[in-house]
Amino acid sequence: MFEIAEAPPATRLMLRGAPEVAARAGAAFGVVPPLEPCRANQAGERAALWLGPDEWLLLAPSDADATKLAAALEGLVHSLVDVSDGTEALLLHGAGAALALSAGCPLDLHPDAFPPGMATRTVLGRIGITLWRRGAADWWVEVARSQAAYARAFLAEAGRGW
Amino acid sequence: MLLIPCPFCAMDRPEAEFRHAGEAHLTRPPDPAAADDAAWADFLYHRANPRGVIAERWRHVHGCGRFINVLRDTVSDRILASYRPGEKRP
Ligand SMILES: [Zn+2]
Repeated sequence: MFEIAEAPPATRLMLRGAPEVAARAGAAFGVVPPLEPCRANQAGERAALWLGPDEWLLLAPSDADATKLAAALEGLVHSLVDVSDGTEALLLHGAGAALALSAGCPLDLHPDAFPPGMATRTVLGRIGITLWRRGAADWWVEVARSQAAYARAFLAEAGRGW
Repeated sequence: MLLIPCPFCAMDRPEAEFRHAGEAHLTRPPDPAAADDAAWADFLYHRANPRGVIAERWRHVHGCGRFINVLRDTVSDRILASYRPGEKRP
């Protein structure tokens, strides 16, 4: 069994650049974007998810101000784009969540293969998602706003049991 | 489903996250206007299509987003190696 909840509105920033961009962004943002593949760093209500070798998703409360971060990156080759309205997040909680996700996600979601603190883009059924395991039974599913209803229905159906 | 080792994600990833992107190590004629029809057709259309090991590009589109090179055996469908663009074929 598991529950599906909608995450509160958040500020989402797509950051791209070299490792020194990540280091400088970390000091200004409060969470260092991880250089290790498929990892997420979290501090309080802020998080930085590794999406690619030069690409991170930064999550912060919806009233967060990105100007300090933008100012800190001044002079470095980088891209910082506000994508807050493009996606929303479904929060899954419960032991059955991994099983329901596995109905549409071909990754191995066993804790040995996908431990807490791991995050990556992947697929769920017919759509692309960003999957972040925040705890043994806690998942953050980042999904395009127009596809959220699909994701929610898919997971509800998969979790219904037989 | 194939498991493709992604050198950027540093782990095996399911085929469903990838898009196939054709044969690897094709070189575009440096000056297309100077290339004759045969050379241009070679670049555009003619592929090795071997029975055996082929080097292919795959894009980890639902993952790190990167293009990678993969050695695959077209007979057994086994993945023999994967490596980053720009690296030498193993
Ligand atoms: Zn990858």
